[in-house]
Formats: sequence, C-alpha cells, structure tokens
Amino acid sequence: MSAPATRLIYNEPGRIDTVAAWLLALLWILPLAYAVWTAFHPTEFSTRFVLLAPLTLDNFARAWAAAPFARYFVNTALLVTMILACQLVLSTLAAYAFARFEFAGKKLLFSLVLVQLMVMPDILLVENYKTMARLGLVDTLLAIGLPYFASAFAIFLLRQTFMGIPKELDEAARVEGASALQILWRVYVPLARPVYTAFALVSVSFHWNNFLWPLIITNSVSARPLTVGLQVFSSTDQGIDWSVITAATLMSSAPLLIAFLLFQRQFVQSFMRAGIK
Amino acid sequence: MSNGRATGHTAIHAYLLLLPAFVLLLAFTHVPAVATLVDSFFSTPKGSRPSVWVGLENYQVMVADPVFWKALKNNLWFALATIPLSIGLALVMALWVNERIAGRGFLRMAYFTPTVLPMVAVANIWLFFYTPGYGLLEQITGWFGLPSQNWLGDQRTALGAVTVVAVWKEAGFFMIFYLAALQSLNPSLREAAAIEGASRWYFFRRVQWPLLMPTTLFVMVNAVINAVRMVDHIVVLTRGGPDNASTLLLFHLYEVGFRYWDSGYAAALTMVLLAVLATTALVQFFVLDRKVHYK
Repeated sequence: MSAPATRLIYNEPGRIDTVAAWLLALLWILPLAYAVWTAFHPTEFSTRFVLLAPLTLDNFARAWAAAPFARYFVNTALLVTMILACQLVLSTLAAYAFARFEFAGKKLLFSLVLVQLMVMPDILLVENYKTMARLGLVDTLLAIGLPYFASAFAIFLLRQTFMGIPKELDEAARVEGASALQILWRVYVPLARPVYTAFALVSVSFHWNNFLWPLIITNSVSARPLTVGLQVFSSTDQGIDWSVITAATLMSSAPLLIAFLLFQRQFVQSFMRAGIK
Repeated sequence: MSNGRATGHTAIHAYLLLLPAFVLLLAFTHVPAVATLVDSFFSTPKGSRPSVWVGLENYQVMVADPVFWKALKNNLWFALATIPLSIGLALVMALWVNERIAGRGFLRMAYFTPTVLPMVAVANIWLFFYTPGYGLLEQITGWFGLPSQNWLGDQRTALGAVTVVAVWKEAGFFMIFYLAALQSLNPSLREAAAIEGASRWYFFRRVQWPLLMPTTLFVMVNAVINAVRMVDHIVVLTRGGPDNASTLLLFHLYEVGFRYWDSGYAAALTMVLLAVLATTALVQFFVLDRKVHYK
C-alpha cells in the first residue's frame, strides 16, 4: 500500500486497543468455545478443563439417537427453502410493479407494504393462529411459512434495486418485442443478483433461527423445525445431561455456523447490504 | 394513461403483479391487526358460550393484572439496558475492526458469530454457562472466592442475566452497520484531521460520530423493535421466572394466549405491543427522518 505515512500512523489502534479488542472477542466466543469443549468430551470432563481429556463424538451420537433430529433437519430445510422461494417470486413481482409502473393508489399501496416492517407476523400470534385453525393448517410446515411469504423487507429492497437500473435497458428490450414479464426475467432479475444473494442469506438465517411462531403452530414431530425440536429435547427429555444438550445445540446450529465460517465475507456483506437502505 | 399503454406497462399489469403479495400481506398483517383491535373489545369464547361485546373489560383486566405491570416494567428496563449497551459495544467493535488491528479477521468473526446462531441454541449454551455450582460462570467466580449465585433463579439477577444474553447476541449484528458506514466515510477527512493534529477522541467526536448519526438512528430503531420482539431466550432461560422477575410483554402475551388460551385478554396485550411499534414508526418517520439526511 502506498498510503502516506500519516495515514498509516494516524488513528491506528494502540496496544491497549488491541488487548481490549482481543479480550472482548474472547469473551464473545467463550460461551461457544465452552459448548464445543463440552460436546466433544466425555461427560466427566464437561466442566473439567484438562488439556489431554479424550475427545469423543459419543455425545452427538446419543443426541442424534435420542430425538428425531433427522426429521427436524428435513423440516427446517424444507421450511427455509419454501419461504425463500415464495418470498423471491412474490417480492420480485411486487417490486417490479412499484419500480416501473404508474397506477392509481401506488403511494397508498406502498405504505401498506411498509406497515409490515413494523407490525411483524411475530407479534400477531393469536390472530394468525386463529386463521391457521380456520384453514385447517395447524401443525403443518405451510402454516409456519405462510405469514412470511410476502416480505415487505424484500419488496422494499428489490424496489430500490430495480429503480437503480437504467430505463434504457428496459426500453431496448421492449423494442425487441419482449413482454413486461420477459423484461423482468431477462433484464432486472440478472442485474439484481447480488441483492438476491444478500436477501437469501438474511432470510435463510432468520427462518432457520425463528422460534416462537413455529413453537405455537406446531405440536408434533412431523412439522417441528430444528429450533422447536431442540427446545423440546433439551427441556423435557434430557434432565441435565449437558454433554448431550450442547451436542444437540451445536448440531442444530452447525449448518449455519459452517456456512458462515466458509462464506464469512458474503455473510457480512449481505447483512450490510440488507441493512443499508 | 397513454404513456403507460405505449410502453406496455399498464395499470392492470401492475395490479396483477401486486396481487399475490397483497393477498398474503392483507391476510397475515393488516386483517389480523384490525381483528386484534376488534377482538380486544370482545370476551374470550368458552365452550358453548360465544364471545360477546365487553367494551373495555379486557383492558380493565390488563390494568388490574400485576403480571402485566411487571412485564411492562421489565421490558422497559430490558430496553433501557440492551439498546445503549448493544449500540455502544457495536460502535466500539466497529471502530476497532475498521482499523488495521492485529487479528482483524478473527475479531470480526468472534463479534459477529452470535448473530448467525439460533437464539434457542445459544440460550441453551448460556443456560449451561449460568448453571449454579457447575457452570463456567460459577467456576470463574469460584476462583475469585466469590459465593455461589443462582443467576437465573434469583429475582434480583434474572432480568440482568437475560439482558446480557440479548446484548451479546445483538452487538455483533449492529457492528456490521457501523462498519459499513465507517468504510464509506471519505478517507480525506482523516488525512485532514491528521494534518490538523486532531486527537483521536476529537476526530471521533467531531467527525466520525456526527457522520454516523443516520446509522445510529437506523440501528436504534432496530434495537427498539428487538427489545419488543426478543423472547426466545426468555422461553429457554427462565420462562419469565422466578415469580415473573424476568417476564417481558411478548412472553406474557404468549402465556396468556397459548397457555391460558384467553384470546380476549391476549388481544388487548397485543394492542399494547402494536402501540409501542406504531409509536416507534411514527417517531422514526416524523422526527428522525426529518432531522437526519439520508443519501
């Protein structure tokens, strides 16, 4: 780097900053490191930190055998895929309408969309439960996902992106006789790809982690996602076998954690992109 | 609209594009919000007795419910602690990892990791961490010869213990937004400050902090929403106990709605949460957005 010397020195964190930053970072990963220790060691070492304690995968095997985690994984995978697919399709169509069409009531309709940014389905539990009961959907994956299919956040994000795409591209495609939907598919969607990736990462991590609504709307193994399964498992089945509970905990966070560690940069950039409007 | 017709972008098309999203938005956001208001004036149907108009009775029940006041008070303290703490820590973290600090990659990862993990999962880890006589925290305080303490089981410390978990989970998330904002600041500002010989604190206070104001407000709105919405860790760690010492509004709503199945009272409680969120939205829209210049 050929930056001037003043820039290199000026405002660089000193030794105290470095030490403090590291202490905070260690404190921040301490609970996780502790869980990793407990999960990979036999029960008798769960709170005894001996350097040469034997490693084991036994806790994971016991957790896996003690609850239908395979089913929970499948449920969560289906759930996040279904939600993401519906969100992408619905919000792409709606965002296109808001970005490139003129129609009566546009402002009003857009503010109705924005309402959902504040009044999230997470709060309207009781009414949404009644709706699902009326539709006969209680205890299904569809019921967990349905309130989230139309995402105000995605519509907002994509509308901003679509508005930034030059109209000339749009017009050029139209001259060639492409229909509105073809233009959307061939011009807008490919150009918005980074935004789609960003939204996808945020949506998947949100719904992988979502808990309260799935807890309320499901009551059997067949529809329970991982988070609810984990909670049922650790609060009822296990008593206080922490080795097995931490193993189950790590297991259910593992896909996200591994994805995050592998694609750190994309994750961080996606969360940034999604947050800056 | 002649222009619309010429370009093939007609209003009908627009409404058709909006239709699927709006059906779902109305069904699961707007209609339930209005239905909640209506239901809050009706009694809870029980067996053969249908619900009847009761006026403000559900709200009177709420005002007379000591658990509601406890939850409100707790939520207020929870918000007053988590909002400044998580924002302050996020800012410090971002200022650190924005610079060329030793091990920057590791630091960023360490700060951000809690954000991507499920709250239910990490709350279980914290539960273990807090376990009296056995957990890591007890072992550490034990080395210093401090007496044993049941952090989650003691009325005086339960709320504080769940607040710490919330701050730990949130700070790294907010750090990202500060980091993005810091990276977008013009480097020549720093060079100018260096030439002027401004101290680091002066540079932060007079240059960085004012320029970060839009980010701070954005993060603050998110922190307020989270203070209302975060409840997973309560379910895992304390279930609102001991003796409602750590219950929050949304957790109380969950118990009233789905443990006691009192949907009338639950509707009144939901209205309180909606009022808090609506106030936040209005303050953001009419006060903050006017004062701060977004790009």
